[in-house]
Amino acid sequence: MTKVDFKLIDSILEKYGCDKSKIIPIMQEIQAEYKFLPEAALMYVADKIGETYAELYGVATFYKDFSLNEKGKYVIKVCNGTACHVRKSDDVQEALYEITGMKPGDYISADGLFTIERVACLGACGLAPVCTVNGVVHPQMTPDKMRALIMDLREAERS
Amino acid sequence: MKIQSRQMLEDFRAESLKKLNCQSKQILVCGGSGCVAGGSLKIYDKFRELMERKGIKVDVILQDHVDHGDAVGLKKSGCHGFCEIGPLVRIEPAGLLYIKCKVEDCEEIIEESILGDNVIDRLVYHDNGRSYSRQEDIPFYKQQTRVALTNCGRIDAESIEEYIAVGGYSALSKALFDMSPDDIINEVTESGLRGRGGAGFPTGKKWAQVAAHKDAPVKYIVCNGDEGDPGAFMDCSVMEGNPHKMIEGIIIAAIACGSTEGYIYVRAEYPLAVLRLQKAIEDAEAYGILGDDILGSGKSFNLQICKGAGAFVCGEGTAMQESIEGKRGMPRTKPPRSVDKGLFDAPTSLNNVETFANVPDIINKGAKWYSSIGTEGNSGTKVFSLAGNIKNTGLIEVPMGTTLREIVFNIGGGVKSGNFKAVQIGGPAGCCLTEDHLDLPLDFDSTKKIGAIIGSGGLVVMGDDTCMVEIARFFMSFSTNESCGKCTTCREGIPKIQEILERITHGTGELEDIDMLQELSAVVKTCSLCGLGKNATNPVVSTLKYFKDEYIAHVKDKKCPAGVCRSLCTMWIDPIKCIGCTKCARNCPVGAITGQLRKPHTIDVEKCIKCRECKVGCPKHAIKEV
Ligand SMILES: Cc1cc2nc3c(=O)[nH]c(=O)nc-3n(C[C@H](O)[C@H](O)[C@H](O)COP(=O)(O)O)c2cc1C
Ligand code: SF4
Ligand code: SF4
Ligand code: FES
Repeated sequence: MTKVDFKLIDSILEKYGCDKSKIIPIMQEIQAEYKFLPEAALMYVADKIGETYAELYGVATFYKDFSLNEKGKYVIKVCNGTACHVRKSDDVQEALYEITGMKPGDYISADGLFTIERVACLGACGLAPVCTVNGVVHPQMTPDKMRALIMDLREAERS
Repeated sequence: MKIQSRQMLEDFRAESLKKLNCQSKQILVCGGSGCVAGGSLKIYDKFRELMERKGIKVDVILQDHVDHGDAVGLKKSGCHGFCEIGPLVRIEPAGLLYIKCKVEDCEEIIEESILGDNVIDRLVYHDNGRSYSRQEDIPFYKQQTRVALTNCGRIDAESIEEYIAVGGYSALSKALFDMSPDDIINEVTESGLRGRGGAGFPTGKKWAQVAAHKDAPVKYIVCNGDEGDPGAFMDCSVMEGNPHKMIEGIIIAAIACGSTEGYIYVRAEYPLAVLRLQKAIEDAEAYGILGDDILGSGKSFNLQICKGAGAFVCGEGTAMQESIEGKRGMPRTKPPRSVDKGLFDAPTSLNNVETFANVPDIINKGAKWYSSIGTEGNSGTKVFSLAGNIKNTGLIEVPMGTTLREIVFNIGGGVKSGNFKAVQIGGPAGCCLTEDHLDLPLDFDSTKKIGAIIGSGGLVVMGDDTCMVEIARFFMSFSTNESCGKCTTCREGIPKIQEILERITHGTGELEDIDMLQELSAVVKTCSLCGLGKNATNPVVSTLKYFKDEYIAHVKDKKCPAGVCRSLCTMWIDPIKCIGCTKCARNCPVGAITGQLRKPHTIDVEKCIKCRECKVGCPKHAIKEV
């Protein structure tokens, strides 16, 4: 279980003046800190800004960027936008599932290292198919490059 | 320093220009998302390190230039548009463009082209046996007309001083000091500028409707930088590459509409754009171009960024307003329209990034000039992003009404592999255009006539290795994921259509399914509230119209002509190409491939699980799916 630092949440809330219309940036900052939205943090925020938890939960589940589940150390976003799709991003995605031993619907790999997300367009369509690892873009991916990338990350973890 | 009058702005411009002119040479390293992904920032750092070591005077920030002596300017420019051949480095004043640069090339570039005046032939663009050292001569650029993208790639994207030096914010000062709000609106109306966000609504008209609310205590300007169309990245490059131009347009809109508050809504997947915009806003505030008493005019306007959180539907105007208000981004029913009751219930003008980026030039050069570009009723230029199976992927800006043929074949260089099949225009809610449409002028009205839309300008080119049924399925899965869930037809209907398409691509479709697709598509279109639901089924309808034979092949003959749908394909080794290297037999996990060394191999289709391992590994590309 992730421990929530309420002082930190307070400082975020203060920055946005506990303003209800700023729920999204508030949640974005919390997520930037924990990589996901811990329930305790959301409950706390709901209380402070005078909203119900249900309301916040509703917002959090509407937007794909928010996650209520813990994420792996490496968040890999595979682009499946049109440009990447016609350049066979599905094959790259499949290789990624295979090598991490994950399947669609899994939040995190068994070793806790990886989270796979499918996104639609990262704005680098000229270099399709692309993926990002913790925000760093990897251009012109192939199934082999994907496998090598995961191997490298695992290697880096071991040493 | 706050710029407090028109004169001060001109003085500051003269001073910045003088500094800029002291740069005997300039190195512009592309800092767009594409080139950054290719490692351009490392190249930038290397240039800096090398020049400092060699004792060359480098100007990294224009403002830091002090003694008016010679220096070399080193900057990160915006996207040049030709992402495929990045990372790109441009050398001024010669206008050289070096492509596919690597860190190891920096030393040679400095020696040859900065200290010397030579061209490094191996780094320039080559096509058809000719080398093109100057960027402007490359066919990809030669056939473009740049308005919204002017200066993208020519100036330091992070420097307000450079933007001002090349004439930036002069349109703003003209709008503030020479024109009344009505004059601005008239000029924009006469220019014929129509919204570049997709619908093509006349911009001047929208502004006039907001301006008409004279007594409203607050009015908003919202810049739509959500750019959700997958495969489109033009707004991204404007925001990253020339943020001030768009901001200038926004401030002019605010003055015309009498608005004091504004938002730029940027999608979360564009972190670099957010950073650049943040810096641009801070710089503009510091110089008194945003905030209170803009350029000493007594008018004020505050602008802030709102970061999206990954919902395509938030690109729709009313959904975007809900999202800025901190709610689930679900479209509202109209009326009331946003111009009367929009963000926080106040009159709101919501316009697209590219729309705003056109405004400064319209104010500076006049409505007549702008309407002389493009076609009747569709003035100006349009930025298109070219992606998919095409030789020259990237961003292009051409006059409205340029034909698809010119774009795909002359500028884009044609398809990359195989033969041309179709172009998806307008994103997941758009249509596919075929060979028959190659001479169609691309503008709002001509595309509408054949039931297509320009949308935001994303063009994804598809060759004969793309299955049109599968592509329709792909777009349906996109819309299924993105439906906000408010309307039953959109929420439930699109997944049903997707299901049917999945059946067809898996070879279990029936002929009735095709009629069912037509019928369902029509229902979803008529009964859904917003543009997402209304247009989501366009790809199905248009592929059914132009590629019905492919559907029939899937349903009746259980074949996928493009060789994409796995359930319908069998792996096959071309005996003419196969050299009998045995690699595939070793790669096959189920031992379905047999053959003797140096003799053509064969695949036992009964055993084959279609994992494609053999195909990927074959050195001769002898394995095909048929
Ligand atoms: C589902 C949906 C998504 C949209 N996405 C965008 C978008 O990403 N960018 C955009 O500028 N307009 C988008 N629009 C169009 C906007 O609703 C709106 O028409 C436009 O931003 C108005 O600006 P303009 O008049 O400058 O075109 C979208 C519309 C719909 C229905
Ligand atoms: S059409 Fe779809 S996306 Fe639009 S409001 Fe209805 S359910 Fe939401
Ligand atoms: S890998 Fe290719 S060339 Fe080698 S045996 Fe198989 S089909 Fe023939
Ligand atoms: S479609 Fe993948 S980056 Fe745009």
